[in-house]
Amino acid sequence: MPERRKERLDRGIKVRTEGIYAISSWRGIAYALLPTFSFVVGMLIIPLVAPSMTWQRITTLACIFALLALSFDFLAHFVGIVCLGGAFFTGVGVYISGVLNSAFGLPMVITIPVATIVGAAICTLFLLPCLPIRGIYFAIVSLMYPLLFSRVIQALEIFGGTDGLPGLATFPNIWVELYFIIPMTLILTFGLRRLVNEDFGIVLQAIKDNDQAVKASNINITWYKTKAVFIGSAIGCFAGACLAHLYGWVGLSLFALDFSIFPIAATVVGGVGTLVGPIIGALILAPLSEMLRAFGPLRVVFYSLILAGLVVFKTEGLLPFLQRKYHQFEHWTEV
Amino acid sequence: MNQDAVLQVKEVTKSFGGVKAVDKVSLDVSKGEIVGIIGPNGSGKTTLVNLITGFVKPDSGMVLAGGKKLTGLAPHRIAGLGIVRTFQIPRPYHSLSAVKNLVVPLYSSRIMHTIGGKLGDRDTVALDILEEIGFERDAHVPYKLASAFSEGYLKRLELARCLALRPHVIIMDELFSGLSVSEIAAMIPIVERLQMNGMTIIMVEHRVRELFQLAHRVMVMNFGEKIAEDIPELITKSEIVKQAYLGVT
Repeated sequence: MPERRKERLDRGIKVRTEGIYAISSWRGIAYALLPTFSFVVGMLIIPLVAPSMTWQRITTLACIFALLALSFDFLAHFVGIVCLGGAFFTGVGVYISGVLNSAFGLPMVITIPVATIVGAAICTLFLLPCLPIRGIYFAIVSLMYPLLFSRVIQALEIFGGTDGLPGLATFPNIWVELYFIIPMTLILTFGLRRLVNEDFGIVLQAIKDNDQAVKASNINITWYKTKAVFIGSAIGCFAGACLAHLYGWVGLSLFALDFSIFPIAATVVGGVGTLVGPIIGALILAPLSEMLRAFGPLRVVFYSLILAGLVVFKTEGLLPFLQRKYHQFEHWTEV
Repeated sequence: MNQDAVLQVKEVTKSFGGVKAVDKVSLDVSKGEIVGIIGPNGSGKTTLVNLITGFVKPDSGMVLAGGKKLTGLAPHRIAGLGIVRTFQIPRPYHSLSAVKNLVVPLYSSRIMHTIGGKLGDRDTVALDILEEIGFERDAHVPYKLASAFSEGYLKRLELARCLALRPHVIIMDELFSGLSVSEIAAMIPIVERLQMNGMTIIMVEHRVRELFQLAHRVMVMNFGEKIAEDIPELITKSEIVKQAYLGVT
């Protein structure tokens, strides 16, 4: 029996619409824009097609996780820093906006930006000593900080201690909530995608590939890594600040490990290094986790099985898979 | 003291554990000179390069460049002063194309505000540098990912990265190792041209024959110590060098 293998060929229209040639025909333009367009429109109509208020709520939470996944993917794939500090970022963001709101009575329009910037500065400052350490060590340190912070808050009874800070300002209604967070997710995704293709992003990628050579090229890698971690943690702190006002409550559980681990799962499912992939991954995994509530105690079992299945059978991630189906056709050939 | 010394190494010493990798080595390099450094494996040649470029801090001694102390500066600052190095094992940015590999040095603070940085057409500058060191200037080669290049091209890319910083001293750490004879033959005129353009070059090399063709002066190291320094013709006749290299007693 002759051996066969799958041959993949680029679609004619892909070849014809590369670069500037995309504007040669309306069909070419449509082909080049369709993926981005469908992603943006898809994101924006989710709230309209969500069957109930519960599902709309799940969508906003999924977006929060999507932002954390975005931050993880940016740091891991484009800077080479494996950061498990999702919980650290959310925790810091949550507490800053919570304290500003409950103690000083500042409105949301102030607390969210302040929490984003100040929180990112605090996170960067704490992560600064471990920036020269590469690989798994940075991951471990970033994983430890949320534990440290939550224990400090618990022990010193500051910021409400174990009870947290209840009664924060919330979004006026679910629609404002949704149409604030979804466009912000889109803006941050495409902003980051732009950034990684700029010179700044190229330097970051070079640091990931070979930091010694970047040092030898008159570039201060610690400074660039600091900036990258600031961007990554700003996204995480923004997600945290939004979370405080979504719940209207701030507590120690917002330092939970979920915020560190879930983004990684979403990134792996969506496709590492695509930036859009992690968003899609989070938007699939978060509702999936809710749907599985019907199984009661077995929920985690099914969730784990689905996750394992996705990783084993679609190792590359969903987005690279979809991109391949869009741009190429496959057929079997005899070897 | 040599007045036009662009680089002075003064009795630098570095030990790793109990081993003296570099032991009280001194070296003066004048402007426009090609200085060769040879020595058996493990004689401390690469450590000396690391000491000069700041990748390793010396235990004692210091390195001066035009009267300015380099010792204690971070590697990127030394590169900013125009003293750049290639690596023995090429360190390209695998996920970037050859042209984008040069974006990194062109984005450095040394070049940022000159032609090739934020001024002028950076791509042309990058392509010019690549062409100068032997990349074909066509629609294909400069845009290939660095991971797709062969060893010979990667060594050239190392050199291109250095040239993009517009240095006045280049330290080439075994530029010729791992290259075929014909590739080396193609590299020699490139090095000669750099020297004629006024660059000072320090070459750490195992390919003694090609080095002696290029170098004005050769320093020989063994067990971390400088055992000889002279013009190539006299180095080949030196008994002490034969002893170190061939084990003749």
